Amino acid sequence: MSSPDHSDSRSRRSFVKEAAAVVIGSIVALVPAAAGFFAWLDPLRRKQGAAGFVKVGSLDALPADSIPRKFAVLADHVDAWTKSPQVPVGAIYLRRLKDREVVALHSICPHAGCFVDYRDSARDFYCPCHNSTFAQDGSINDPKSPSPRGMDTMEVELRGNEIWVRFQNFACGHKEKRPVA
Amino acid sequence: MKQILDWLDSRTGIKRLTHEALYENIPGGARWRYIWGSALTFCLAVQFITGIFLWMAYSPSAQTAWESVYYIQHEMAGGWFLRGLHHFTAQLMTVLLVLHLMQVIIDGAYKAPREVNYWFGLALLGLTLAISLTGYLLPWDQKGYWASKVATNIAAITPVFGEQIQKLIIGGSDYGHHTLTRFFALHAGVLPAAIVLLVAGHIALFRKHGITPKQPLRKPDAAFWPDQVLMDAVASLAVLATVVFLTVKFRGAELAAPADPSEPYSAARPEWYFLFLFQFLKYFPGGTEVWGAIVIPSLAMLVLAAMPLLGKWKLGHRFNVAFLFAVLLGAGILTWEAKKQDSADESFHLAVRHAHQDAARVVELAKAPTGIPAAGAVNLLRNDPFTRGPRLFAQHCSSCHQYDGHDGTGVARTLEHEVEAGATTASIEAKYGAPAGDLVRLNGAGAASPQPGQKLRVTDPGSAPDLKGFGSREWLAGILDPNLVSSDRYYGRTKFKDGKMAKWVKEKLAKKLPAKQAELEKVIAAVSAEAELLSQKSADVRDRSIIGQGRELLRDEFGCTDCHQFRKPDPDANTVDLTGWGSREWLIGVIADPAHERFYGKKNDRMPRFEKDGALKREEIELIADWLRGEWYRPETASR
Repeated sequence: MSSPDHSDSRSRRSFVKEAAAVVIGSIVALVPAAAGFFAWLDPLRRKQGAAGFVKVGSLDALPADSIPRKFAVLADHVDAWTKSPQVPVGAIYLRRLKDREVVALHSICPHAGCFVDYRDSARDFYCPCHNSTFAQDGSINDPKSPSPRGMDTMEVELRGNEIWVRFQNFACGHKEKRPVA
Repeated sequence: MKQILDWLDSRTGIKRLTHEALYENIPGGARWRYIWGSALTFCLAVQFITGIFLWMAYSPSAQTAWESVYYIQHEMAGGWFLRGLHHFTAQLMTVLLVLHLMQVIIDGAYKAPREVNYWFGLALLGLTLAISLTGYLLPWDQKGYWASKVATNIAAITPVFGEQIQKLIIGGSDYGHHTLTRFFALHAGVLPAAIVLLVAGHIALFRKHGITPKQPLRKPDAAFWPDQVLMDAVASLAVLATVVFLTVKFRGAELAAPADPSEPYSAARPEWYFLFLFQFLKYFPGGTEVWGAIVIPSLAMLVLAAMPLLGKWKLGHRFNVAFLFAVLLGAGILTWEAKKQDSADESFHLAVRHAHQDAARVVELAKAPTGIPAAGAVNLLRNDPFTRGPRLFAQHCSSCHQYDGHDGTGVARTLEHEVEAGATTASIEAKYGAPAGDLVRLNGAGAASPQPGQKLRVTDPGSAPDLKGFGSREWLAGILDPNLVSSDRYYGRTKFKDGKMAKWVKEKLAKKLPAKQAELEKVIAAVSAEAELLSQKSADVRDRSIIGQGRELLRDEFGCTDCHQFRKPDPDANTVDLTGWGSREWLIGVIADPAHERFYGKKNDRMPRFEKDGALKREEIELIADWLRGEWYRPETASR
């Protein structure tokens, strides 16, 4: 190996070259990485559209006995490039309290997002993942329940005989209910 | 900081490693001619980085590959740039590989003791070509699909195990999901891993033997850092600048229409650096392709691989250099020849134009509110009247009908006309409806007037009405013009030329004109309104009262209902029903069965009963009808 010359002008010139090599090297390494990273951040730039009302079922299918019954929610669904008209996008529980009073509960547990079952025998909701339990009205019925809040309710509108629900998903793990953006 | 470095160094020896990497001795100092290897390593790094990010958005299956690439290209912010970097770096890498190989051979760097490293390099060349070949298919567009089919069909002509090899490559007997999963696993897994291993070996061996210095040495020896590193960095910057320039100029890599095995794609060509092989194959007659596709290229690779051994002989090095240049020159000539043939080929230009049109159209449809269905984007074009209508028309209708003087897809049908003795300019004009002087000029003859015996290529007027604008007021005005009804544009070449309708127009109607011109126009508006054309919607609404008057006039004043049924049952009617004339339903009906009594009945002149005879399916007839009526998705109307 040749020994480097340590005279002043040599080392100054060498420093400029070293700096230039580092700067140019960084640029060429950063451009492709930044291009990829920028595209990778794409999901953050996308927002879910505001939730609209979806027809879920008819009053005839729901006896006024306050017992929750599960209904599939059909809606137009966009999954990246695929647009599917009227496909199942989730499930809700409907309870008919009085003749024209219907309550909608989301079937997803606010704790960690598992699917909550309704237990006829115990007349409560039970999450099979971490044993959260909820009362028939969706509220937390046990202080030891891991869920931070009761089951999520959604707006219901009765149009004649039809039940319409403003269906949306909510973020898990928080005390307060907030829609997934 | 120093403590941490020392700790790390005592565990890893990182200082010595860095030192070794940066202070390798370069005999004669840094030189620009040593940059090729580093530029290639840089390309490889770019491909790994951009490739992994593309991987995060790519979905390899026959229903999602094109769709996910479309999403990267047209929906994800910056996706087109990322994809463009990956695509054009691959192109540049091939160029750099050839330059690197040239440098190694010219400088004799393949000779002892560097033979093994040279072979590593050749293997890397093969792997790089394989990775670009597998990558070409991944977007699952028409271009990649048809070009890859050729490549995998060539694999099938390999002697003995050809068919089995092909089946294993494409994951079955035909292209599908497993072709993509297999190609993708090769492209993003197996081949990159092999390349990394070989590059590591290549660089280690290169370090072991050192650079092959170009004699005479011009300067004293120097370390790799910083001079050569700076040169390498500048070279990488030049590569990157070129790639970014190409990416921005072409707005990323091309994405053709989704692969469709039922849709021909005459514009299919391999990547430009494989064009010489593509061209080479043309010279091998049936049954001998194996020579052009496999034997000769393999022999050439064998000679390349044998160069270290050949180089030992007295004239060996010169032979090697001469051989390399001969191969490159041959490839260059073949590439040039391929390009030349394509540029002289009208049908290739047309195919490219259609390909671009389809590519743009499918993006329009994918961005439409209905978007891409779960069954895949290929259905967007299959069900699009704008795309399929003209092709079906060209295939099934244009042997008799014209569309604005062509076959629907823009190809004018022509026939050869030999000028007869005694023919005059006027007689030829009368026959073909084009100025004979123009015909002569178009056919390249200098004379302004046709010469007997001269052969002219003239437009084939077809043998049935031109259907451009069928249903519109203009079209009707033409057929109701005494001067036009028996011209080639309408009944001129049908048996209706001197039929009742033509006679009525030329005699009875002619007598009423020009006095009743205004009334005739009302009748035209009334009949045309039956078609409910999108393009006349506003006119139909505006002229509601005129249309009302027209409906009365066509009964009383013009007596159309003496023969035609119109808007009420008429058992005496004996020809085409004018109720809903030209409407979607009417048009579908007449194409499905023109000999139905609602249409031409027994008087039908040669037109096939397309649905009844099984020549066309109902959906295909609908596509033709919608296209003729100008009804297809338009982005402007959707955004309004």
